[in-house]
Amino acid sequence: MSETHQAGESGARYSIGIDLGTTHCVLSYLDLSATSEDSPAEVQVLAIPQLSQPGLIEEKSQLPSFMYQPHEAELQQSDIALPWNANQKVIAGNIARQLGSKTPIRLVASAKSWLCHNGVDRREAFLPPGSPDEVTKISPLDATVEYLEHLQQAWDYKFPDTPLCEQEVTITIPASFDPAARELTAEAASVIDFKHLTLLEEPQAAVYNWIKACGDKWRDHVTVGDIILVVDIGGGTTDLSLVAVTEDEGNLTLNRVAVGDHILLGGDNMDLALAYRLKAKLAAEGKELQPWQIQAIVHACRDAKEQLLLENDINEVAISIPSRGSKLLGNTLRTTLTRDEVQQTLVEGFFPKVSIDEHPLAARRSALSQKGLPFAQDPAVSRHLAAFLSKQVDAADDVLGTNNALDAHTDTSNFIKPSAILFNGGVLKSPVLAERTLAIINKWLSEACAEPARLLSDSDLDLGVSIGASYYGYVKQGQGVRIRGGLASAYYVGIESAMPAIPGMEAPLEALCVAPFGMEEGSETKASEAEFGLVVGEPVFFRFFGSNVRRHDEAGMQLDYWQEGELEELPEIQATLPAEGRQAGEVVPVRLIARVSEVGTLKLEAIAISNTSENSATGNSKPERWHIEFDVRD
Amino acid sequence: MNFDLSSLPTTFDMFHLILAALSLIFFALFLTNSKNGPESTQTQPPQSPASKLKPEPAPEQPAPQPTPAQLKVASPDAALQLLTLLQQDARFIDFINEDLSSFSDADIGAAARVVHEGSKKTLNTYFTLEALRSEDEETRISLPAGFNASEVRLTGNVVGEAPFTGTLIHKGWKVIDIKLPKIAEGHDVSILAPAEVEL
Repeated sequence: MSETHQAGESGARYSIGIDLGTTHCVLSYLDLSATSEDSPAEVQVLAIPQLSQPGLIEEKSQLPSFMYQPHEAELQQSDIALPWNANQKVIAGNIARQLGSKTPIRLVASAKSWLCHNGVDRREAFLPPGSPDEVTKISPLDATVEYLEHLQQAWDYKFPDTPLCEQEVTITIPASFDPAARELTAEAASVIDFKHLTLLEEPQAAVYNWIKACGDKWRDHVTVGDIILVVDIGGGTTDLSLVAVTEDEGNLTLNRVAVGDHILLGGDNMDLALAYRLKAKLAAEGKELQPWQIQAIVHACRDAKEQLLLENDINEVAISIPSRGSKLLGNTLRTTLTRDEVQQTLVEGFFPKVSIDEHPLAARRSALSQKGLPFAQDPAVSRHLAAFLSKQVDAADDVLGTNNALDAHTDTSNFIKPSAILFNGGVLKSPVLAERTLAIINKWLSEACAEPARLLSDSDLDLGVSIGASYYGYVKQGQGVRIRGGLASAYYVGIESAMPAIPGMEAPLEALCVAPFGMEEGSETKASEAEFGLVVGEPVFFRFFGSNVRRHDEAGMQLDYWQEGELEELPEIQATLPAEGRQAGEVVPVRLIARVSEVGTLKLEAIAISNTSENSATGNSKPERWHIEFDVRD
Repeated sequence: MNFDLSSLPTTFDMFHLILAALSLIFFALFLTNSKNGPESTQTQPPQSPASKLKPEPAPEQPAPQPTPAQLKVASPDAALQLLTLLQQDARFIDFINEDLSSFSDADIGAAARVVHEGSKKTLNTYFTLEALRSEDEETRISLPAGFNASEVRLTGNVVGEAPFTGTLIHKGWKVIDIKLPKIAEGHDVSILAPAEVEL
């Protein structure tokens, strides 16, 4: 547990929640000064001024996460000026998406997915990928900074007396973000110079939003022993988490016990799937589509599916794509999207009724991938869900005192059984998809002779994460229930075993646990027993692993055996010792130490051994420490 | 091939729907252009036909109290902005400038869908509309003395004293909230849609 901030102590008037989504950003705020002892003030969502088209500025609760870099001859400077900036180089929001649909080479989209793609250098300016050299490139990190700056300026414009950087700010990230992606998000935020920043996992924010919406009554909806499954399907990603309900001195406590793998699968994939279905249908009629028409169809499908995914008697929606010229009549492309097509493509395609032991067809491989986003190979959300529940079979054993792990050997229904489900994300706004998801999980439960899970109703699935995050800022002040979590994975450094070389055989690899599962903010591990030699002035690489299932490994434990799939290799990490005060080439023995910052990022440090034995005992001087980089620059 | 038989009968309805939507939009437009919207819409349209047909002494007779109508010139910016939005989302100007005579109803219907969907989106995004009367149309309603004559128009056999009883023909519309985008300084609002050149 990290200590709580007092409102007076941090001096912040507002608790701000920022949802930095793959497709939309939302900022909401809660007035801490208007908060009484036991009831928080209402959470408001900031109407973000943004260009809707050249020269027109609109206020919307969502800022589309798109960036556009206009050519200097493309737009008049006065047409892209914002109230707070007359001289913009790049533009963000609605207008960026719109201009980018016609000029994709200047559009930056899905920066968040790139930010957590560890196959690329995320500080390297390469977005938009594949566009001509003349277009200025930016890095995924820069794009993230750009969205944050837009939000900051919008806020400061509306609340000039309480600048954003001085408020209590919570930025949400997918629970599946690895340490490097968390670090990069924090780094982007550091450009804004937030005084009080915390990172919060999105599914946790969804739970906070639910608690906020229920008020004190949330305790009536769950009981000790409940396992809440949070399913968050946004525009670009699917994020899964498990929260167990326990009791502590008579009070209900929430524990986030497991998070899922990073799955690049969301609403955008669904719109695209529908558009390609219509494209095929039109091709069968002999109509070939041009790229701009496909874009327009994707757009039209987004609106049409919303009607067809409601429980109503509309069986088809006409899709009309007008010509680009001023002649509308005779040139308008017509087709229809039927309920059956939506049912087949979306419901059966993305939410097929599968059994609990049907898992995604191909595992995602991160290390060797070309410059493209590692989209999920298998579009079936239900198979990803099945894999998650099976993999996390014993996730809640520790906190609930159950023993699923043992049962697992005797029981055929080898998965963790959630008793409540919380939905979040725009996709699950559709009652058809939400009911389908619930039905699939309940079928698994009933086949395993377990009680069906109940749905915890949520208020606003689009804005919920941001609202939950600003409520979390209030909870952090010491009121209300706080979800216990800590690190959602244990982390390991690879060590090659000392054994005589055998031709044709790789030296067996051992894994040294450097950061244990559940490590909390503000805590630090003891220095590892194992020693490493760092060469002064030269980068030293370590193989790095994460595991979201090994819950009992303590820092310093050395594994020589683990099961297939337990450890996932992450990109190499790197330490470089500066040559100051030392001779280049000198080897310095170090130990590794892990720390979780107050912000919520993991820090790995190398600590010199030479001084530790004498000085640390007396506490005279601190041993030298070097930061280990997660995101290795090539 | 466009053998879309099912859409044939619907096109006329759609077309009329569009026309109805247009009249509404222009009504809304008048409202946006002046701060005391309802008054100006009341005073302006009757003014011009009245002066053409015959000199109307009516406004001058109860002269002592109301001052002659102060005419305001509506700022064209908001009107142009709305046209821009309608062109952008609904291809409104393209559609109105088409000559419908040489096209089949199926073609017109397809284009009408674009205009209808887009206009609806624009209307819903920027205006919050409310019916003035909640009663069903074609039912009898009664108007008490002192009803708001701007909100309810009496027609037909208009004689006698309030309360008036009659058939509700049209339930009326009222804009209760307008959220038009703000216009950047220096933006040329007279350009409703830029010409587009693909490189």
